[in-house]
Amino acid sequence: MIGQLTRTERQIALVILICVAAFGLAIAAAGKDDPIGAHGWLIMVLCIFGVFGVISGYFAPEPSEERLDSYYDEPSRVGIVLSMAWAALGLFVGDWVAWLMVDPALTFDAAWASYGRLRPVHTTAVIFGFGGNALIATSFYVMQRTSRARLPDQLSPLFVLLGYNLFCLLAVSGYLLGITQSKEYAEPEWYADLWLVIVWVTYFVVYLRTLARRKEPHIYVANWYYMAFILVVAMLHIVNNLSVPVSFGSAKSYSLFSGVQDAMTQWWYGHNAVAFFLTAGFLGMLYYFLPKRAGRPLFSYRLSIISFWGITFLYMWAGSHHLHYTALPQWVQTLGMTFSVMLLVPSWASAANALLTLNGAWHRVRDDATLRFMMVAAVFYGLSTFEGSFMAIRPVNALSHYTDWTVGHVHAGALGWVAMITFGSIYAIVPWLWKRERMHSDRLVEVHFWLALAGTIIYVIAMWNSGIIQGLMWRTYSTSGTLAYSFVDSLIAMKPYYIARAIGGLLFLIGGLVGCYNIWMTIRTAPRGVSEPSIAIPEAPLAVIPGRPGAAPQSAE
Amino acid sequence: MFGFHYKLERKAISFTLAIIFVASIGGLVEIAPLFTIQQTVEEAPDMRVYTPLELAGRNIYVREGCYACHSQMIRTLRDEVERYGPYSLAVESKYDHPMLWGSKRTGPDLARVGGKYSDDWHLAHMINPRDLVPQSIMPDYARLLRTQLRTDDLGRHLKAMRAVGVPYTDEMIANAAADAKGQATPDDPAAEGVTKRYGEATNVRAFDGRPDQLTEMDAMIAYLQILGRLTDAAYKTAAAPGR
Repeated sequence: MIGQLTRTERQIALVILICVAAFGLAIAAAGKDDPIGAHGWLIMVLCIFGVFGVISGYFAPEPSEERLDSYYDEPSRVGIVLSMAWAALGLFVGDWVAWLMVDPALTFDAAWASYGRLRPVHTTAVIFGFGGNALIATSFYVMQRTSRARLPDQLSPLFVLLGYNLFCLLAVSGYLLGITQSKEYAEPEWYADLWLVIVWVTYFVVYLRTLARRKEPHIYVANWYYMAFILVVAMLHIVNNLSVPVSFGSAKSYSLFSGVQDAMTQWWYGHNAVAFFLTAGFLGMLYYFLPKRAGRPLFSYRLSIISFWGITFLYMWAGSHHLHYTALPQWVQTLGMTFSVMLLVPSWASAANALLTLNGAWHRVRDDATLRFMMVAAVFYGLSTFEGSFMAIRPVNALSHYTDWTVGHVHAGALGWVAMITFGSIYAIVPWLWKRERMHSDRLVEVHFWLALAGTIIYVIAMWNSGIIQGLMWRTYSTSGTLAYSFVDSLIAMKPYYIARAIGGLLFLIGGLVGCYNIWMTIRTAPRGVSEPSIAIPEAPLAVIPGRPGAAPQSAE
Repeated sequence: MFGFHYKLERKAISFTLAIIFVASIGGLVEIAPLFTIQQTVEEAPDMRVYTPLELAGRNIYVREGCYACHSQMIRTLRDEVERYGPYSLAVESKYDHPMLWGSKRTGPDLARVGGKYSDDWHLAHMINPRDLVPQSIMPDYARLLRTQLRTDDLGRHLKAMRAVGVPYTDEMIANAAADAKGQATPDDPAAEGVTKRYGEATNVRAFDGRPDQLTEMDAMIAYLQILGRLTDAAYKTAAAPGR
């Protein structure tokens, strides 16, 4: 990794690491009586390891000037490996907490092992660890190819990737120590949030600098989504995390907003984390890897424009559908419901665009599990966006809210859409990045596909059942006009579904581990070869599809 | 329109600005007015702030992730009002930084749990929920009883709360640590200061049954017992059942 940096970059890397280590030491000293102190030490120790790493490679020969004629894929390779490591951790913890809901005694009286602390470990590890690393890794890859330009320098993409993983590590270890601000999907405390702002701004600057060097006149669709992902997540993150820390030596902070305004801000963030992290970013992946793997041009350029701006505009209004019938003023609830229903149009436009791109390549969907991952992802994207619009309708929400139906909906999206498109893209990109002919085993990709699909379906159907039963039991009246069931009655009824859910999750976890093994073996043992035309930056423009001004990615053949 | 886009997608900065503009509209229209429209949060002159002990308990509730399974928001639906009590008003979480409305009821709603059960019930339930509710899947929190509550930094916590708009007085901030101790030690002279500063109705009890020590369990139960009781506003409106 260090060998790819120039001498100057190695020096800058050392300066950054020493500065961050000093900052860690300052936190450790100021917070010696507080959980934040442990994080100070963690930051410092990691940075010292980094310093040794840079020094050990410091006197290696500098990369030659010829590197500038090819793409820079080191950060993408590191990102893919980290992504799969986070997937293994996040899916494991997810299944663990699923079993905790079957047998709560599995906490063995340890503070860190109770459900409330482990649940955010699961959500953060899968969303930000697995999903985030895959997004960063693929975005660097896609941006370079579709712009025909190399990343602007060697250091800043690595800073983005490793800095981001430091954030994820602080987040996850913090929950175990009891550090959380309780905002769903934004649990990390103030210092981790500030660090993420620095990393994220650098990320966008890397993006803009690469685009400024592009040799393609047009910015390809995939990049629109990656840009929206980076920009809007920055807006959401900054506003939602405004808070006043108790002191420099304390992990605790108090949110700037309270009550109803805080609720609206949190769900404006929460719903758009779904929109711009879990949707826009992954649509960027879809728009590059699906046409490329299918060997077909994108079905419609105009449809992609409509769906892009539709998603960017409409999603930001939809957050208030998480607060139906609450103390949030009704006019905001109504706006949220209305825009959520309208959102079906751009969502289905994206899903249709992906599926219609496959026309003429359906025989490949049948034969190639990697492409099938992407196809199923598009189908689940269509299904869960329909379900989402449906659940946002106020009377439907009266039944579904607070129940397992919401959990089922989230997992239809997270397992069926996000994880499937990510696994598909990773299986496509791994042989390209490591210059292998193919994956170590196509058979194992096939095994992973069926485990993932079976796990998702079992999970989602279990949660639909338990959620609707819960919702109905809570509102059932007896003939004498009183509530028919106590809360505990509904809890007893959930038991078989919680077991089914944990089994579905286990299948999905096993699939993920099979994937980790397969990727590891591909990197270690698969025969070298070229599966992608070239990593050299082509001189000629990319093939422009007649009638569609945007440059579509080249076919894999 | 597509011709315009054909030009726009050739310019990275214009495209960036266009994304920021288009994505800002929804939030501005829905969030900004919540701070300016008077009716958004009701008036409740009797609303009091959390005592230092209750705030410490709330922070433990946050730390342990209780909000992942318990909501604190009763919706305006007949079955919820009959099951949990009057529907929640915006003013009731006016001093909640952040709010803990929650999004999932693996366990029941807690918005009005204050006063519903005795301290002894809560203590036994936290030590082992299955002793009281055999089918419960809640984790046990016996360790809260073994952990001393940290009080030396409570003044700074109140100060940070004041910085975000909660009306704590200088006196409250100066006496935060003593008030935390006093609220859980009824025989202690410090107990008087608590009712003086936070009102006669404030619960001053040995919440965990051990007046000689101040544990995290004291804070947790003190917090649970005040949920829904910072103001009577909800009982005076249409939210109350039978009105």
